[in-house]
Amino acid sequence: MARFGETVGRVAALPLVLIARALDPLLRLWQRWTGTGGMIAFFLLPNMAIFGVFVIIPLVLNVVYSLTGGIDILLKDRPFIGFDQYGRLLECQDYLQPTTCREDQFWTAVRNTALFVFFQVSLMVCVSMITALILNRKIAGRGFFRAVFFFPVLLSPVVVGLIWRWILQRQGLMNLIVTNLGFDPVVWLNDRFYAFSAAVGVSTWAHMGFYTLILLAGLQAIPRDLYEAAEMDATPASRVFWRITLPLLGPNLAVVLVLALIRGVQIFDEAYVLTGGGPGTSTLFITQYIYEVGFASFLRNPGLAAAASILMGLVLVVLTLVQLGLSKRAEKERAR
Amino acid sequence: MKAVGRFLFRKRGHGGAWHWTDVVTWIWLILGTIIMFGPALWLVSSSFKGPAQLAEFPPTLLPYVQEVANVEGHDTPLPLYMVTMEDGSTRVMAEIRRIGTSAQMVDPADPQERVSVPLVDRQPLREVGLALNNYVDPFLAFDFMRYLGNSVFVTVAATLLTLLTNSMAAYALSKYRFRGRDAVMLLIVATLMVPLSVILVPLYSVVSSVGLLNSLWGVILPTIATPTGVFLLRQYMLTIPDELIEAARMDHASEWQIYWRIVLPLAAPALAVLTIFSVVWRWNDFLWPLIVLSRRELYTLQIGLNTYAGELNVQWHYILAMTVVTMIPVVLVFIFLQRFITTGIAGAGIK
Repeated sequence: MARFGETVGRVAALPLVLIARALDPLLRLWQRWTGTGGMIAFFLLPNMAIFGVFVIIPLVLNVVYSLTGGIDILLKDRPFIGFDQYGRLLECQDYLQPTTCREDQFWTAVRNTALFVFFQVSLMVCVSMITALILNRKIAGRGFFRAVFFFPVLLSPVVVGLIWRWILQRQGLMNLIVTNLGFDPVVWLNDRFYAFSAAVGVSTWAHMGFYTLILLAGLQAIPRDLYEAAEMDATPASRVFWRITLPLLGPNLAVVLVLALIRGVQIFDEAYVLTGGGPGTSTLFITQYIYEVGFASFLRNPGLAAAASILMGLVLVVLTLVQLGLSKRAEKERAR
Repeated sequence: MKAVGRFLFRKRGHGGAWHWTDVVTWIWLILGTIIMFGPALWLVSSSFKGPAQLAEFPPTLLPYVQEVANVEGHDTPLPLYMVTMEDGSTRVMAEIRRIGTSAQMVDPADPQERVSVPLVDRQPLREVGLALNNYVDPFLAFDFMRYLGNSVFVTVAATLLTLLTNSMAAYALSKYRFRGRDAVMLLIVATLMVPLSVILVPLYSVVSSVGLLNSLWGVILPTIATPTGVFLLRQYMLTIPDELIEAARMDHASEWQIYWRIVLPLAAPALAVLTIFSVVWRWNDFLWPLIVLSRRELYTLQIGLNTYAGELNVQWHYILAMTVVTMIPVVLVFIFLQRFITTGIAGAGIK
């Protein structure tokens, strides 16, 4: 297998090798002319140019968009209106009642996303924690089961969404199970509660393998002798878990928690394919709101979408900073 | 046999009775396997069912096709049914045509005698079989061949460019000392905080102003400078000893040669991990292509699938088959390269 992969890699790389070889005389000239500094610039240029054009510039433009009005996408056609877009988004009589807000869709999306994040992250952490603990035991076929739980992680969100739409439809597998258990069939995705639960469940199904892996790596890094010592003292298993496993896994658990939060806030793809935001607005999340206001909806408003995305970005920045801090602490703990 | 059994049912510690945690473990693992693999298997099984069978409830686990028979005097094979006769006996008969609520049927053994049978008195005869048309038709009648081509092009081009640009940048950031290196590194790490969904509107305007709207390059270019890739490759290249590079310089190798003849081959494991990630990322991309591509002939598989699945009259038999096709590359990656990915994630905590 490895030998085969190597051969394929060599053959595929052949044209690239020829190009690289052809470039050499030119680059030698460039190196003689500009020195090592010129070469460093050459190595950095492609990546940083793309970075600049497609990440840094949009970041700056996002602010400009959020401060201008109108429906045009071209900046020169957009009048400056100050913080009106933010005012519009945040104007609300009662933040817990989206219908009393000027942008009721935005607040519905915010509320849905908050609820989604709360339930999905709790479920995710519990399920992947249990799975990691189980996979950390001495069981037959551990590699196989690790792969089993990881499998859905690689599937595309469209495939995930369609698989579950098919299972949850009127004549689907879920209704087959439900009727065999003696209940009435349900049109799952037409019901506000079930559709929302499906979004939570399906996204957990799709991503839990990833978090399980991180937790499993953390569990395996806990020194064995601690457990052996506990066994010698005949410490009860629950005590071992609360006093050894959990504290030592703490940093990993925190990373998983924050990563899941960051990803949860951005939920879009699989939920969109699964429910399309419906029924009504019961599964409308922030990214879908931004997408629809910015591109798809009848009353397009790029400025409003930009303002909403900046507000979401601020939340993400805070969460990411927390995560970076936690990973750093986790690394330090491991070094100790 | 006994040894296998002992291995399979190995318990906590050695010997002794089954602890309750062993029971929980195996229930969890078996249920988990069903829940994780079941939906995909159900999809594959459903994708081989014909439209009529897909509309049935309760659904069957396996795909069936209607049995047919060649009957003398008819050019095409006729579908077979189990018919309940008036006297209560049952006979296998072939349908010639349907007229209102009854059908004109014929006994394949006795092609001369035609009988009119009410539709309620017959059951189709079926055998396990595959409705392969689900797979053939979309490629011939729809644009799926083109979608597939677009997806392959985007994935291959984006992955090659990602490997090239990221490895060049990672090389500069790991093997040279220069002013501003830490600043560049910080900038790259900082952009980890900027997911696509935060810069949708301005990115659209940038891509549109460089004329890449409705072009596959508009999908490819914004994705290739991945901070994750630079970070991963740099961390790996830091472990390559500088002495190798110094020795090459002594032999008058140019910096470019050092990069592609020494550093790149040595960084092969990290490049392999990034290749796998990039292929899976780009193959699965959804939101950005959805925004950039509005012309049907440019759709990638994911967008095409979503569009067909969003139509008023969803043709599930085609959608399911094409979902399976879309899943194939990722399943192949999973089967052959799963080990690399899991160690890659455990090591770097990325996805």
